[in-house]
Amino acid sequence: MSNQKKKTLTPVQQEYQSFAQSREPKRSVVHNCFTAFVVGGTICLLGQFIQNFFIWQFGFTKETAGNPTVAVLIFLAALLTGLGVYDHFAQWAGAGTAVPVTGFANTIASAAIEHRTEGFVLGVGGNMFKLAGPVIVFGVFSAFVVALIKTILTSLGG
Amino acid sequence: MEIYVWAFVVGGLICVIGQILLDVARLTPAHVMTILVVSGAVLGGFGLYDPLIDFAGAGATVPITSFGNSLLRGALAEADRSGLVGILTGIFEVTSAGISAAIVFGFMAALLFKSKG
Repeated sequence: MSNQKKKTLTPVQQEYQSFAQSREPKRSVVHNCFTAFVVGGTICLLGQFIQNFFIWQFGFTKETAGNPTVAVLIFLAALLTGLGVYDHFAQWAGAGTAVPVTGFANTIASAAIEHRTEGFVLGVGGNMFKLAGPVIVFGVFSAFVVALIKTILTSLGG
Repeated sequence: MEIYVWAFVVGGLICVIGQILLDVARLTPAHVMTILVVSGAVLGGFGLYDPLIDFAGAGATVPITSFGNSLLRGALAEADRSGLVGILTGIFEVTSAGISAAIVFGFMAALLFKSKG
C-alpha cells in the first residue's frame, strides 16, 4: 500500500495494516530461487531426454530435434493443466514452471479452460492468448527489429 | 552424458533469473516472460544464443528465451533467401511447431476438461 493511501486511514486502520503486514508469510528469495532452479532444471532435463529420444529413434539432427521436443512438452503441459495438476504445482515452483515453454503452454491451456463457459468463439478463442499474447507480441516485434538491423548491417557491409 | 548436466544447470539458472525478477523486482509473470523473450531475441542478435544451445542443449531450447531466438533465426534465414520481406515471411518459420502445438493442445484441453476453480 502506498504512503499516500496510508495517510487517509484512521489510526485503527493503520494499526491493522501493520499488524496484517507482520503476519504475512515471509517469502524467502533464496528458498524460492532454489526451488525454481531444481524444478526448471528438471523440466529442461526432461526436455533433453525427449530430444535425444527423437534423435535416436526418428533420425532428427541436433538442430531439428528442438521442434518436436517443444511440441511434446507443450502437449504434456496442456494435459497436466487440464487435469488441474500443473497450476497446483506452479503455485509451489514459481518461475521454475513459468519460464520453460511448458509455462507458456500452461497460460494458453488454462485461459482456454477457464473461459469455456463464455462460449467457444468469444470465450475460448478470444481469451486463449490473454496471457500468452504479450509474449508473442513482444517476441515478434523485438525479433523483427533485431532481424531488420542485422539484415541492413550485413547488406551494407557486404 | 555431459549434456544432461548442462541442460539441468543452464535451464535451472534461467529459471532463477526469472524467479529473481518475480521476487526482487516484483514483476508479474507476464512481464517476466516478456522480458525473457526479448532478451532471447537480443542475445540471438549478438550471436550469443546459438552457442548456448550447442553447450546446454534443452537447457537453452526449453526456456521461453529460446522462443525469441527462434523467431529471430527464422526471420534471418528467410531474409537471407528473399531479402527484407523475408523477415516478415520467415519470422514464424522455426516457432511454428511451438505455437501450433500450444493452440491445438490448448483448444483440445478446453474441449475435454472443465474448469476446476
